[in-house]
Amino acid sequence: MNEIQQLYQQVILDHNKSPRNYGHLPECSHKADGLNPLCGDHITVELYVHDGIIQDIRFTGAGCAISTSSASIMTTVLKGKTAEEAERIFQEFHGVVTNDDAVINEESLGKLAVFAGVREFPARVKCASLAWHTVHAALQGEQEISTE
Amino acid sequence: MNILADEKNVESLFSIDDIRKDFPELSRYVHNRPLCYLDNAASTLKPQTVIDVIADFYTSGYSNIHRGVYLTSQQATERYENVRSIIAEYIGAQHTSEIVFTRGATEAINLVAHSWGEYAIKEGDEILITTMEHHANIVPWQVLCEKKNAQLRIIPINDSGEIILEEFEKLLSEKTKLVSCVYASNSLGTINPIQSIIQMAKNVGATVLIDGAQAIQHIPVNMQELNCDFFVFSGHKLYAPSGTGVLYGKKALLQAMPPYQTGGDMIRRVTFEKTTYADIPARFEAGTPNIEGIIGLGEAVRYVQKCGLAAIAEREALLLEYGTHRLMEIPDVRIWGTAKEKVAVISFTLGAIHPHDIGSLLDREGIAVRAGHHCTQPLWQRFAINSTTRASFAFYNTEQEIDTLVDGLKNVVSLFG
Repeated sequence: MNEIQQLYQQVILDHNKSPRNYGHLPECSHKADGLNPLCGDHITVELYVHDGIIQDIRFTGAGCAISTSSASIMTTVLKGKTAEEAERIFQEFHGVVTNDDAVINEESLGKLAVFAGVREFPARVKCASLAWHTVHAALQGEQEISTE
Repeated sequence: MNILADEKNVESLFSIDDIRKDFPELSRYVHNRPLCYLDNAASTLKPQTVIDVIADFYTSGYSNIHRGVYLTSQQATERYENVRSIIAEYIGAQHTSEIVFTRGATEAINLVAHSWGEYAIKEGDEILITTMEHHANIVPWQVLCEKKNAQLRIIPINDSGEIILEEFEKLLSEKTKLVSCVYASNSLGTINPIQSIIQMAKNVGATVLIDGAQAIQHIPVNMQELNCDFFVFSGHKLYAPSGTGVLYGKKALLQAMPPYQTGGDMIRRVTFEKTTYADIPARFEAGTPNIEGIIGLGEAVRYVQKCGLAAIAEREALLLEYGTHRLMEIPDVRIWGTAKEKVAVISFTLGAIHPHDIGSLLDREGIAVRAGHHCTQPLWQRFAINSTTRASFAFYNTEQEIDTLVDGLKNVVSLFG
């Protein structure tokens, strides 16, 4: 696989075409808006956290294939996790997309391993991490973040 | 004017192969592909002669300018000040003192907003800008209006991306103190009818600023004929170094304006009790300027004059026509900005494929295009889209490069299926 194929894998193209958990929650406990001023893309993430567990999560917004698929895959990964687990996965994910030397642990990363190719495209790291920063902000009680 | 070459002989004025040899960057490879640089509205590449004068300044003749009593400082001052004459001639200014050097068009607009705006704009006044302005010609006026309790009003455009002059006429009144308008749109390519706009604004006594950042490298301008009050542009879009720009202002206006920044080089006399300021243009050039950059700017203008602005415009018009035609071959391509008069800028969307995905995929084929909002977010709100992909051509681009772009886009389409 060349770098482009590595980045635009079938799973990413698929989630871009049919994003999972897209829309609004009937009731949410945490919500934040994420903005990428570089491209003007934005995302809103809504979470319903109960008993310390992310019971449900959805997102809305417009973005590129990388940011849309990242948000979509993220929601499937975070459902059922605790806030602490979400934070740990975010840190691991962030390390993989930003650090050339980060070891990719396919077992703990699961589906998120497909984003390893992003590290070859520094201009796209913000696309891949926008949804995660937004969830992080929502769980911290912040309402808006920017990837500046 | 010497830049208006014989229209019939434009092709013979330069050969494209020779021109391309003037720009060392054009022989580069990126991702193992020949660089296909189609982002000229963001910044143009630099000809060797501009690079050479900067290297020459640093290797033989470097010194700070103004007030040095030794030879190299005097020579550096002469080289720097000579560029003022080159620019004055290039844009048809009456006096060299009307040319103020800045870091770019953005700083030039900010200078006017702070210095002129501070005393000229009062509560209840109105400032008119168009829908297609760059953020650099929106935000400074927004900030000024907030501060002064003045009103920022927006001149609408039609679906082709042209200013609706009848609507502009309706917005004009005795309250209009400033009309600040882009000559050519960086996002749509539209060339605005600024002669009419300036005249209409003058009829109600408004001051006029023209943002020439996307025009100065394509269209001959003459300040006497245009009769605008301020004209700004950046050097780096005119084959000159980044960090250079020009504010042209009518002499009487500049003379009435207080300093924008204060410090060295802009004073007449300083005591701890009081400072008197230098005359224009030094009053607006506090501190040691970008000396080598300005010297490079002068050389860039000489280079453009040597190639001939008319010949450059002719070639870019051909590229625009060819590029538009070829892009339209791709199903799902939609071009945003279809004005009758355009510079060589093509903004487009490709179905639902996001411009950043397009940009990344093209990059791997050596193609440099811009993807995003191009610093005109309110413009895209007008068209209800977030962003576009933009290809913008300079006279050194070729039809083959446009073919490369089209092939690249076809690959993008097949990947996204």
